Amino acid sequence: MQKSSAHFSTKNDGRTYDMEKQKLVLVGNGMAGIRCIEEILALQPDRFDITVFGSEPHPNYNRIQLSTVLQGDTTIKDITINDWNWYSENRITLYTGETVTKIDTEEKVVYSNQHRAVKFDQLILATGSIPFIIPIPGSDKKGVTAFRNIEDCEKMIEYSKKYKKAAVIGGGLLGLEAARGLLNLGMKVHVVHIADYVMERQLDSTAGHMLIKELKEQGMNFLLGKQTTEIFGEQDVEGLKFSDGEAIQADLVVMAAGIRPNVQLARESGITVNRGIVVNDYLETNIPHIYAVGECVEHREIVYGLVAPLYDQGKVLAKRICGLEAHAYEGSILSTKLKVSGVDVFSAGEIFEDDKVKSIKEYNEWENTYKKVLIRDGKISGAVLFGDTSEGNRLLSMINKGTEVTEYFKKEKEELSSVSFVDMMPAEEVVCGCNGVTKGEIVSAIQTQGLTTIDEVKACTNASRSCGGCKGLVGDLLQLTLGDKFSLANQKEPICSCTTLSRDEVIAEIRDKHLTYTREVMNVLGWKTDGGCSKCRPALNYYLGMIHPVQYKDEKESRFVNERLHANIQKDGTFSVVPRMYGGVTSPEQLRKIADVAEKYHAKLVKVTGGQRIDLFGIEKEHLPSVWAELDMPSGYAYGKTLRTVKTCVGESFCRFGTQDSMGLGIALEKKLERVSTPHKVKMAVSACPRNCAESGIKDVGIVGVDGGWEIYVGGNGGTHLRAAELLCKVKTSQEVMEITGAYFQYYRETAHYLERTSVWVERMGLEAIKSVLNDKEKVSELNHRLDEALAVLSDPWKEVINDESIQKEYYNKVTIPVMVN
Amino acid sequence: MGTTLQRVKVAKVSEMPKNIGKTIKIGVNEIALFHLENGEFRAIENRCPHKGGVLVEGIVSGDYVFCPMHDWKISVVDGLVQKPDNGCVKTFQVEVELEEVYILLPS
Repeated sequence: MQKSSAHFSTKNDGRTYDMEKQKLVLVGNGMAGIRCIEEILALQPDRFDITVFGSEPHPNYNRIQLSTVLQGDTTIKDITINDWNWYSENRITLYTGETVTKIDTEEKVVYSNQHRAVKFDQLILATGSIPFIIPIPGSDKKGVTAFRNIEDCEKMIEYSKKYKKAAVIGGGLLGLEAARGLLNLGMKVHVVHIADYVMERQLDSTAGHMLIKELKEQGMNFLLGKQTTEIFGEQDVEGLKFSDGEAIQADLVVMAAGIRPNVQLARESGITVNRGIVVNDYLETNIPHIYAVGECVEHREIVYGLVAPLYDQGKVLAKRICGLEAHAYEGSILSTKLKVSGVDVFSAGEIFEDDKVKSIKEYNEWENTYKKVLIRDGKISGAVLFGDTSEGNRLLSMINKGTEVTEYFKKEKEELSSVSFVDMMPAEEVVCGCNGVTKGEIVSAIQTQGLTTIDEVKACTNASRSCGGCKGLVGDLLQLTLGDKFSLANQKEPICSCTTLSRDEVIAEIRDKHLTYTREVMNVLGWKTDGGCSKCRPALNYYLGMIHPVQYKDEKESRFVNERLHANIQKDGTFSVVPRMYGGVTSPEQLRKIADVAEKYHAKLVKVTGGQRIDLFGIEKEHLPSVWAELDMPSGYAYGKTLRTVKTCVGESFCRFGTQDSMGLGIALEKKLERVSTPHKVKMAVSACPRNCAESGIKDVGIVGVDGGWEIYVGGNGGTHLRAAELLCKVKTSQEVMEITGAYFQYYRETAHYLERTSVWVERMGLEAIKSVLNDKEKVSELNHRLDEALAVLSDPWKEVINDESIQKEYYNKVTIPVMVN
Repeated sequence: MGTTLQRVKVAKVSEMPKNIGKTIKIGVNEIALFHLENGEFRAIENRCPHKGGVLVEGIVSGDYVFCPMHDWKISVVDGLVQKPDNGCVKTFQVEVELEEVYILLPS
């Protein structure tokens, strides 16, 4: 090609470019090749005239998500990465359903199976892999399929409608995903595997066997250590025979026994091929102007079958082919973080010990988790996690950096927050391995497009779109980038995924249309689901009760279990009981009662709570009514989206510093405000002097006695979002405290979003706006009036249950039937 | 292999408010029995495949229950855990006759 006489530079690298575009041909329309094209277009959109050939009739789709298509959860459209429009918008000539059959490396022309000839200046081979079909008799019968593309999926779905028995040959990741999909489709599934545990590339024997146990509980059947020798049947598959003489029946056989690089075209064209197409560190083959990327490639003797390394390759190749400086591709450390059938597994680097590689293992049989960290030459070189993969990202980072094992132990002791973890991440580090999205790309999208939620980041960048393993990291990046604005930004958000309406819109409709129960709200306002969800049902129940305190009949079935049963559920299904101890003040009589009940009902644990009262653990649900009856104390509402406690210091009754009666005021406040529903829990305290022994400074409402009066502080939080309370006002009498606190309390009830703590609410509303409402005497009076209305209808829930046998029968009793022996 | 089912009487319809689970222990089986909004009765094993949470206490919506421990959504009809999580629980056949609820157990 002649260079034109007018040279000009588009980059400051000393090179010159022709005005005429170079012809780039990509053989293969899959994830690796198209990702590389995207990188090229990002670098130099006008350099190439691009033509793409793909054997499948679809535009580029996410092959990793095929298992969700198999389960019938997503459609082809949903897993498409680049739709038809993308190709036309980028002026790419795309030939689908067409296979390149010959490359003339001398003349630089490719020929397709439809007798098309296309010239090229640069050629990229991204022919991917072909599934390995075990060469046994019967492998060509009807009903035998691979699990590689959309057609395979559709075939399997068809078969699941007509037949019952499936066998999957291959217990690697792909085989297990196929098995899971077929189980979902209602088939009976056997996984046949030659090794004696599954996923032996990613897991060691311990983790592999733990996985098998979990999958068996889900209904998967395993035939391990079995070699298939024949697929029998007439024209249709009827079953498999094994080398040990045993056999099973099957109507559908899925070959998930591995993949092989698709190299026939390259080999026939004189390109050097070993197991894969051999490339150097710049993805160049032995023939100039011909490159290769993806699963078909062999680099430093390694062929990759996971997506992240292929995206790394694509980046390097794109720079190279555009004539830019590129870091050499040096290979990738393999890491996989997966949810296989609901089970979390993580694997990175090397996973087996030998004389040079030592391991640190943690096996927790109780929680069914396993962690193994491998160390070579004193540096972290690999890891296997089963059941709890939260440490995965951190370990991968250490493996990549070759962190010293001493550093690892040090970091274990530090409480490294997840946000500081993403803070320290370099911008080029890949956060979403399935889609190859870097920290820099996510942060940039958040900033330039004003993104505020994980869903928005997902829609914009594809991060967390596939397996979702990086969702936490995406959330942390949002927190890191947006800072305080992160949680506040969720204002116009729909209350849950069942609706598009926001909280304000729903409340307006409830008032407007006089809606009076949750099902009515969901029907009238067009809820997407039949019955709502665990987010909106309690929310609607709260809003309806707040709007109609007297008439509304609280829906027990729309309450979270704790609030429904008036006890705190523990992880073993027992409950804890916390009786009221107003202001944290008790008596010998109360303590005796508590002790007696704890002994009689064999409480597993008796503990003093942060709220200045006592908690009894290990109470069975059906014993709750009797425990309450014998305690004869009102419920402490330790479970409620209500006032929890009003902590107090001793105050002027005994303390030499106390200027006010903190206990008296605290008890009065607790007695007045207990039981009524609030958007989220409310914690209060009263201290008798600024020494603040009751910790009023971190409470939703914190009162501090001063000489001659009281200071009221609001919006504090001592928990997940530590926040100091701010001064609302100063008053003279405890009567005024009750009045202002009541009005404030009711204002919070009426204007906050369900699940919004006062600390968040105050920042959103603005303290000045709240102050101006509370400075208005009329508004204060009206707010207190409405609060009193809501309080008047309440009574101790424990007493209600004790006196109502039908509630006990319906909500607390278990039915136990001894098994009959015939 | 014979799969004869044993019919075990477990509750009266009148004692089962809608959308409130009831714990039924039959031998070693611990079962969560639900009376759904549409009037159907469904039964699943009372153990979430995630970390063993008691499903009987979950909020029920349509054909689904939300595990009270970590909010996994599970179909009470086929026992399948809904996306983005994975897994399944055992289901049991239920019959209603003359206002009595029976669970069918393989004997």
